[in-house]
Amino acid sequence: MAERLLKNISTRGLKNAVKGSEYRREAAISYAILIIGFIVLQAGAAAGMIGHNLQGQFVPICCYISLAVSLNLVVGISGELSLGHAGFMAVGAFSGILMSRIMGFHMSFEPAIIITSMLFAAFMAAVAGFIIGIPILGLRGDYLAIVTLAFGEIIRNIMNVLYFGLDDGKLRFAFNHTIDGLDNNERIITGAIGATGTKTMASFTWGLLLCLFTVFVVLNIKNSKQGRAIMSIRDNRIAAESIGLDVRKYKLMAFVISAALAGMAGCLFGLNYSTLVPLKFNFNTSVLILVFVVLGGVGNIWGGIIAAAVLTILPETFRQFADYRMLTYAVVLILVMIFTYNPAINARVKSVVNKIKIKKPGGKDKKTGKEAA
Amino acid sequence: MKKTWNKVVVVALSCMMAFALAACGGGSGDAGDDVIKLGNTGPLTGPAAIYGQAVDNGGKLAVEEINAANPDGLQLAWQAEDDEADGEKAVNAYNKLMDDGMDVFIGSTTSGSCVAASEKAFEDRVFELTPSASQVAVTEGKDNVFQLCFSDPNQGVAAADYINANMADKTVGVIYNNASDYSAGIYDKFKAEMEAAGKEIAAVEAFADDANTDFQAQINSMKNAGVDLVFLPIYYTPASNILIQADKIGYAPTFFGVDGMDGILTLEGFDTKLAEGVMLLTPFIATAEDEATQNFVKAYKDAYGEEPNQFAADAYDCVYAVYDALNKAGVEASASHEEICDALVGQFAGDFKYSGVTGADMEWNEAGEVNKTPNAMVIENGVYVPVK
Repeated sequence: MAERLLKNISTRGLKNAVKGSEYRREAAISYAILIIGFIVLQAGAAAGMIGHNLQGQFVPICCYISLAVSLNLVVGISGELSLGHAGFMAVGAFSGILMSRIMGFHMSFEPAIIITSMLFAAFMAAVAGFIIGIPILGLRGDYLAIVTLAFGEIIRNIMNVLYFGLDDGKLRFAFNHTIDGLDNNERIITGAIGATGTKTMASFTWGLLLCLFTVFVVLNIKNSKQGRAIMSIRDNRIAAESIGLDVRKYKLMAFVISAALAGMAGCLFGLNYSTLVPLKFNFNTSVLILVFVVLGGVGNIWGGIIAAAVLTILPETFRQFADYRMLTYAVVLILVMIFTYNPAINARVKSVVNKIKIKKPGGKDKKTGKEAA
Repeated sequence: MKKTWNKVVVVALSCMMAFALAACGGGSGDAGDDVIKLGNTGPLTGPAAIYGQAVDNGGKLAVEEINAANPDGLQLAWQAEDDEADGEKAVNAYNKLMDDGMDVFIGSTTSGSCVAASEKAFEDRVFELTPSASQVAVTEGKDNVFQLCFSDPNQGVAAADYINANMADKTVGVIYNNASDYSAGIYDKFKAEMEAAGKEIAAVEAFADDANTDFQAQINSMKNAGVDLVFLPIYYTPASNILIQADKIGYAPTFFGVDGMDGILTLEGFDTKLAEGVMLLTPFIATAEDEATQNFVKAYKDAYGEEPNQFAADAYDCVYAVYDALNKAGVEASASHEEICDALVGQFAGDFKYSGVTGADMEWNEAGEVNKTPNAMVIENGVYVPVK
């Protein structure tokens, strides 16, 4: 009953219900960016126009896109600031690697290994998200941000003392102690040294599938009954509670799904490198993902896709500046932030876009830009 | 005002487009076939930058010397790319080097990134000799990857053996970074070797971040356990803080480090008096009196104005070793990186020997590990001297 009332209470829900076309537009743009990007890059790589450097970034870009989109579920749609996303990525990465090594011992059919590893990674990350989510989702705003930050670090530090090994096909496990009597190639995860000897199975195609799946899940949630419930809680918690919505349940739902998707992205990331250290998943990585979300526009799915791709490639293209590389990156980041959120410039861009639209015969005339200026 | 903004936007956007295009255009394989191009990735920025820069400097110096000394022989080129000591970035940097036509990979400087990059070098059949990536996983299962430094287990074992043989009466404690692959790797082996020798470690304390500045708890724990030899298998930045804070509370045990300690004397703003008496195991001594070391130290000081550390020496040796092997194998500058790789693997896995500034008669086994003797050194009057 409460859910059925939602459309009438939540402004966003109302908007979505009335304008299903907006959802379709967002979905179309998101899928188009992913698929066209994939085709163009694959074609470029096949034609030898793209160097090793960019080709090597295909998989990480897909992972970051997926992470940005999944974090958007918490930050944009649920409206809570989370600074611990890298923690779920870490859970997914290491459990995925673990699963891939165990399965790899028994079989060599890679698609099955990758899919099972990703599902296992998603499950483990969801469990982590659930355990963490229960105590903290009563908090709001800054408090929640700080607690997620702390939990992200806790996850990473637990990874630092976990040891896994494969002894003749049997899994061995130790906490804060090296596993004796194993050869190096039988060690899967060695505390702070992380996972070594991972068979690199990830490919760009898997990356695309991961992105499409993540976008599919997030967009569908956004456009579902549950999604409207989550957004109504974000927009007006008291009103949502007053009609009997279970605030905790919906917040937890967003948080756990987001964690599971981050786990899958982490898994693919882990399977792309022969080694992975827990240090990789520190606070900086969480912030990096948050930057993708903020730069792409909080709640904007396709904006996050573009931001993640561009901001991953950018530091690499600046290699020609040698010592000034990261400085240039920081300056560009600041400039981009200023420009994308400058109303004067936005209005200007909009008016240019409108001019182009008007020129097209039959194009819809939307002169909204000029008034906004 | 609005017009100015527009111009700024146009300029900024066109700059970004230009960068993007420049980046896309960089895919043209073998550049400059008249030289053998050596590539390196290392932390040229960030907390471990002193290592990356030292390797860059040492490698560059060796390449310049070789090119000047053999104008008619094989010519080398050197290119180092920043990897921020991160595996993901190291793969990116390695791929960038491949785009620029690298022939031989002088490894990643740090272990974690080297494991990731050497996997790529193995796939691409590029010969790799790493100056300083000490983890076993770097060379494991890769026939074309070799180390010039000791592996981590060897360092931990060597340190434990040295302490047991020469300072058996001391009470040993350890402070290490349990979030660092390097530190935890050495500590694990050190502990196993001490246990095997029947020696007890009186106190073990860990920290989780090299940027940590407060070590009061760890130091007090050492002091309370009556430890008079603290083993520090850590990098020099946290080590310097430990030395400073131990000095403040008047605690003066013997501090014993490994190769990560190297660099403490050139740390800016650190009073080197505090490092008096610190011992460390390292293959390179800048004050050694043999001619090769003296010449290298002088050339390095002239070029960069500071004393070379072990990492610079490792890189310097790497370049010379590769050059020797290239000449022995009779490799032409026009050879592809696959041909060079096969030729060099034949040398290094064979009976190739090299004597340089970090050891005499170095030999490599098929696993890619080097065989040479470590030196125990102690800091006296602000310089390393061999332990008598």
